[in-house]
Amino acid sequence: MKLLNFLRGEAFQRGVHPPSHKEATADRSIRRLPFAPQLVVPLSQHIGKSPKPIVRVGQEVVRGQLIAQSDDWLSVPHHAPATGVIEAIELRPSARGPWVESIVIRVQSGSTQEDLWGKPQDLSNATPQELLQAIWDSGMVGLGGAAFPTHAKLTVPKQAHVHTLVVNGCECEPFLTCDHRVMVEEADALMAGIRYGMRATSAVRTIIGVEDNKPDAVKAIQAAIDKIGATDIFVEAVPTKYPQGSEKMLIMALFGVEIPSGGLPVSLGMVVNNVGTLAALGKLLPAGRGLTERVVTVTGPGVARPGDYRVPLGTPLKFVLEYAGAEVNSRQVIMGGPMMGQSAASLDVPITKGVSGVLVLRGEDIAEREQRVVYPCIKCGECVESCPMGLNPSILGMLASRRDYEPMGSHYHLGDCFECGCCTYVCPSNIQLAQQFRIAKQVLRERATA
Amino acid sequence: MSSTIEIRSAPHVKGSRTVEQIMRQVVYSLVPVCAFFVWQYGISALALITVVTGVCIWTERVFTGTGTQSGHIQDYSSVITGLLLALTLPPGFPLWMAAVAAFISIALGKALFGGIGFNVFNPALVGRAFAQAAFPTAIATYTPSFLSGRGSEFIPSSLALPLMQPADTAAWLHGMQIDGWTGATPLAQWKFEQTLVGAGELLTSLGGHLPIGPSPVLIVLCGLYLASRRFMDWRIPMAVFGSAAITAWALFLLDPARFPTPFFTLLSGGLALGAVYMATDMATSPVTPKGMWFYGALIGFLTVIIRNFSGLPEGVMYAILLGNAVTPLIERVTQPTPFGKGASKKARRAASYSLNPSYISRDGDVQERDKS
Repeated sequence: MKLLNFLRGEAFQRGVHPPSHKEATADRSIRRLPFAPQLVVPLSQHIGKSPKPIVRVGQEVVRGQLIAQSDDWLSVPHHAPATGVIEAIELRPSARGPWVESIVIRVQSGSTQEDLWGKPQDLSNATPQELLQAIWDSGMVGLGGAAFPTHAKLTVPKQAHVHTLVVNGCECEPFLTCDHRVMVEEADALMAGIRYGMRATSAVRTIIGVEDNKPDAVKAIQAAIDKIGATDIFVEAVPTKYPQGSEKMLIMALFGVEIPSGGLPVSLGMVVNNVGTLAALGKLLPAGRGLTERVVTVTGPGVARPGDYRVPLGTPLKFVLEYAGAEVNSRQVIMGGPMMGQSAASLDVPITKGVSGVLVLRGEDIAEREQRVVYPCIKCGECVESCPMGLNPSILGMLASRRDYEPMGSHYHLGDCFECGCCTYVCPSNIQLAQQFRIAKQVLRERATA
Repeated sequence: MSSTIEIRSAPHVKGSRTVEQIMRQVVYSLVPVCAFFVWQYGISALALITVVTGVCIWTERVFTGTGTQSGHIQDYSSVITGLLLALTLPPGFPLWMAAVAAFISIALGKALFGGIGFNVFNPALVGRAFAQAAFPTAIATYTPSFLSGRGSEFIPSSLALPLMQPADTAAWLHGMQIDGWTGATPLAQWKFEQTLVGAGELLTSLGGHLPIGPSPVLIVLCGLYLASRRFMDWRIPMAVFGSAAITAWALFLLDPARFPTPFFTLLSGGLALGAVYMATDMATSPVTPKGMWFYGALIGFLTVIIRNFSGLPEGVMYAILLGNAVTPLIERVTQPTPFGKGASKKARRAASYSLNPSYISRDGDVQERDKS
């Protein structure tokens, strides 16, 4: 395996190759999910202050209408995902567990999923500032999973200079295929989005990185590039390996350079965006609409009708799973991919802007893992051989199990860990390293602020 | 959908490798080596392997059962300790002494530190070092390999009663009248009689009645299997062999009459077994890639130094125990450099895209900005 990577030209050092499980959904086109009777839009969906609701209970709203306004730079407005009546503005469960302030919409039965609200705009001569404002108004966040506000990500700091827009189409998480389908079906919208991104950042070239297990996506993008005759947009197949979708790893694969620890890609003149985000921008911006739906992969061994669904934001998990035919004995529902995704705490939580997949596991899928014994670290070195950040998870894990958190940060570079889970995936002793590191980071953060 | 769903922490998928699997694979790879040992020395070797491994498993069971030690009896690690310990002892080693050594190896080498993963020294070598100190005569008494009656007749010293001195094998061997038998291993022959055993005989372990262990070629082949499936790290044996060869070669160049050839150094004694199976013990070797090279090189160097400049003919055991002792120190100074913290930020390989292609002129942009 190692030799094979060497011969193919290794993209980045270490990493793992989990089974991809993408075949269930990769060849099915994106389908629409009908409206659930009730949609729940949490106000706070990412870092930054939560936006203020500008509707009141009982008010009728139209799909696409602005319902929450933001004045904080790191937060974005929300738009009504469906035509209906505001039923309540109250606390509702969120994926992370705590209940958060949410706008509840009772959907008017029989209403269309066509966007009714929008202010078509001509952005062909817009300045970067005007473009960024338009992106902010659309409520766009990174659809890859981190849900970082897109207008903030595309804003170039004053001293910096951006020459390259890197578009991330790796989708290295097993099971997920939503970006894959977007690239195949919406390559033209992606090109439009890339043009907006390049103008907003003043980048002079764009490189789209796609893992080489998606040759049809590469082909579709190349066809779209040829169609518009672009000479400054390139698509590149990068070796399939987890976590290729991390922006540091992707830049390593494309350019062979390491982003300095603690730095951002902009320090090397690059801005990285997800394909889904830019394809959505390409469709929303000219029409002057807001983000009301996103593509979500619903899959897993226990799902009867797996596929990529265009899900109205705010649809409760329960409705999605019933529609996709999830089995009755499902025991775990994961929002996101299996490597970094989060276990849903309840089936009442809604699909938010950052949810790229819903993965359903049955009892028998997790039984084998549950029965495994946890051994002490035998120092086999597998984690050191797999950590893409070049850390030593073995010693970090030993320190964490002693609750000796200070040296983890000060001597063993815990801050560079991005919790990709490779170490935990390979650990033969079945130690929950990634979870220990999350706890350690939280403790260190609390100590730093205390 | 069931009404209850469970929460777990990411990642939610897991690779298939387990501790049991690693240990089992090491045991499987040791089977040919043990079979060769039994073929060489017959029923005595079989009894030795059985007793030592049995006592190791029993001791492990006692300590894991009391809850003072981590791990489980099913993890096969005590089997490895037993097999390796048996392979380092002379085939005619009294069985009761072997049982004591086996008990010590698990009790003092492993359980005392807290069980699997916590031991500082290789348990098999702790047992072997104890035997060397407690039974110096018995452990230096070798018998010839490939004796005609080895399949049915025990070497008389094997069956010594507990706490009794073993029977003298010299008289027993005298009756057999073996040509050229001196009772010394190739290493001891070189050290004390300055006679060099041929490389071919060392390579295959098949020549005459030499009192040596299983063939180094077989051990290396078994090691290659483990390394190819990544159940063992290839760096450590490479470093041990490499550094032993270089050190021995340097000494040989210095004085060919006094020091043996590098080939003799690599093929004789327990170097192959030590490099492939003992030095690579996961818990007692460094976890950092750079550290593995250091550690292996140190063991190879020390082995040659002990063999040539001390009173002992063999030095692998002490070299590895010393290597184990400095492992924490080696790890401390060989921590890997994290991504993005290297000294050089330059592109490390021929990348698909240049960071600053010619059509992106930074200077031009700066000038334009300055103008405006």
